[in-house]
Amino acid sequence: MEGIISQLFNGISLGSILLLIALGLAITFGLMNVINMAHGELIMIGAYATYVVQSLFIDYLPESMFNWYFILAVPAAFLTAALIGWLLEWTVIRHLYGRPLDSLLATFGAGLILQQAARSIFGAPNVGVQSPALLSGAVEIFSISFPKSRIFIILLVTACVLFMFYYFYKTSNGRRIRAVMQNRDMASSVGISTRQVDSTTFALGAGFAGIAGMALTLIGPIGPTLGTAYIIDAFMVVVVGGVGMLLGTVIAALGIGVFNTGFEYFTNASMGRVLLFAVIILFLQWRPNGLFNLSTRKLD
Amino acid sequence: MGLSKWIGTKQGIFIVLLVLLAVLPLILNDFHTNLLGRYLAFAILVIGLDLVWGYTGILSLGHGIFFGLGAYIMAIYVTTESSGGALPDFMMWSGMTELPFLWELLSNPVAAILLGILLPMAIASLLGFFTFRNRIKGVYFTILTQALVLVTVTLIVSQQRYTGGSDGLSGLSTMFGFSLSSPQTQLFLYFLTLVVLAAVFYFCFKLVNSRFGKVLIAIRDGENRLRFSGYNTAYYKMVVFTLSAGIAGLAGMLYVLQIRIITPTMIDIIPSIEMALWVAIGGRGTLLGPIFGAILANVGTTFFSENYPELWTYFIGLVFIVVIVFLPGGLMSIGNKLKRKRRGSDHEEAEQQAGSAADKHS
Repeated sequence: MEGIISQLFNGISLGSILLLIALGLAITFGLMNVINMAHGELIMIGAYATYVVQSLFIDYLPESMFNWYFILAVPAAFLTAALIGWLLEWTVIRHLYGRPLDSLLATFGAGLILQQAARSIFGAPNVGVQSPALLSGAVEIFSISFPKSRIFIILLVTACVLFMFYYFYKTSNGRRIRAVMQNRDMASSVGISTRQVDSTTFALGAGFAGIAGMALTLIGPIGPTLGTAYIIDAFMVVVVGGVGMLLGTVIAALGIGVFNTGFEYFTNASMGRVLLFAVIILFLQWRPNGLFNLSTRKLD
Repeated sequence: MGLSKWIGTKQGIFIVLLVLLAVLPLILNDFHTNLLGRYLAFAILVIGLDLVWGYTGILSLGHGIFFGLGAYIMAIYVTTESSGGALPDFMMWSGMTELPFLWELLSNPVAAILLGILLPMAIASLLGFFTFRNRIKGVYFTILTQALVLVTVTLIVSQQRYTGGSDGLSGLSTMFGFSLSSPQTQLFLYFLTLVVLAAVFYFCFKLVNSRFGKVLIAIRDGENRLRFSGYNTAYYKMVVFTLSAGIAGLAGMLYVLQIRIITPTMIDIIPSIEMALWVAIGGRGTLLGPIFGAILANVGTTFFSENYPELWTYFIGLVFIVVIVFLPGGLMSIGNKLKRKRRGSDHEEAEQQAGSAADKHS
């Protein structure tokens, strides 16, 4: 029983990281019909931003302040990744609207460049980010221990997702995003600047990838290829969750996280992956368009 | 048709290329001939990839796996032959006492060669069956092929006692009694690869110009219209995807005999995407372009990545972006543009065909 609960907890914490990564992917795919392979590198950028903030704290501030670096690291990771994402959108992606396969390949190229840049700046070997004392150790509830860092990650993701729901469904910007998603031409003709909606939304999704990168520094060492490990799983979340509805992404991310750790618990890491892939293929037999979808009668 | 005009056609260019490739070993040293032979194996693969991507509009980023399965199966056969029935080292280290069943089966050359083609085809048709009939298409399918790569590579790495794990298989020394390291054997393999390349090109060229090929192009340009006309498009997609996987397996078998090592990193996600890049560089939907793309990109990788590894990565990244964004027709479209400038509107129709391959891919 305890084993199962802590596996479930691990599953949810993995799922919540996937969710943070997949949110940006799902929204930009729904909005602009582009798939961003460089999204993984935006995670990596967020992680290195955290590393830089931490190094600055170590170098310039008294030791007693060190614990608080991660509070500053969250906005730093968000802003750096959002800025690079915005640049990426402006230089590459805006040429590729409505060409998902091409955008996948072109952004893969952009990802290669970003990875190499990270290698040139920070060196190829992984670097470790020291967890703040505040988040090390575990909380024991009914003799089951929950690592504090993972609890923090879950809370962080919950906050981000709540913000996203609010932004998406309650603000005028969110309304514009949904309008463009449903019908770009119509939205444009009633005066929405689709260009601006696209670039801000893309930057926002990139920023969330950056926060995911910050969260990953709490789990293990980081390196230039950090994002690649997560990007395919995040894509699977988009495929399973469907496009255009936040709720689908949330359920799919948590589901994949829980199934993944569950399968790994009962078999082993590689068989777990095979089983997960099989389950996803079977799931798509039932819902080829994912859990939720903006239903239209449009063809092609 | 006059000779000069015939040379300008696809078949003509291909024949010239073949003659050139057949003569090149006279000039090149053994090492470079062997390298070129490996690139020719990639060229075989990209013809198959172009069939699904360029002609049918399905982007597969899983061809590394089909290629890799062919390579692994051939490597297993050669390893058993090289070791003369003894267990390979990595198996002894992981405490195996006798050859596993799969290896026993693959120590038969006929079974190995057949399975090297049939196993990729079987996996491709299975994936195709479960996706195409549900109309899962476009980027969704592409993502699933990528997941297939991830799953298979994880499996290969983890089943170390059967596959050699992340070190792969490297004890490839003799095949049918011939030493694989001797220049004569490698020269023979070079020409064998060249012959297979010619055969595959001829077959695919016939295929895309047949009625079947027209259906493939129609699927790319307007699948729903075709469906409404009563075609079972899922069937066509499955067939072409399976065929392409078989070609990839064949290419993998020829490749591994020339490089004499296969590891999971050679067939992972990044190599699989690079294969798509070669097609894009050469020109999608042209069959001929991808061959040039594969050879040029690999020559570049070999000669620049050793001396300038950092710059090369930046360069490859840029090539990805520039080719996809600004030159969707690839190198072949440059040729066509020049041709049109020179001959007026003569070839406009031909170019439109090549151009639509690039525009209507999704």
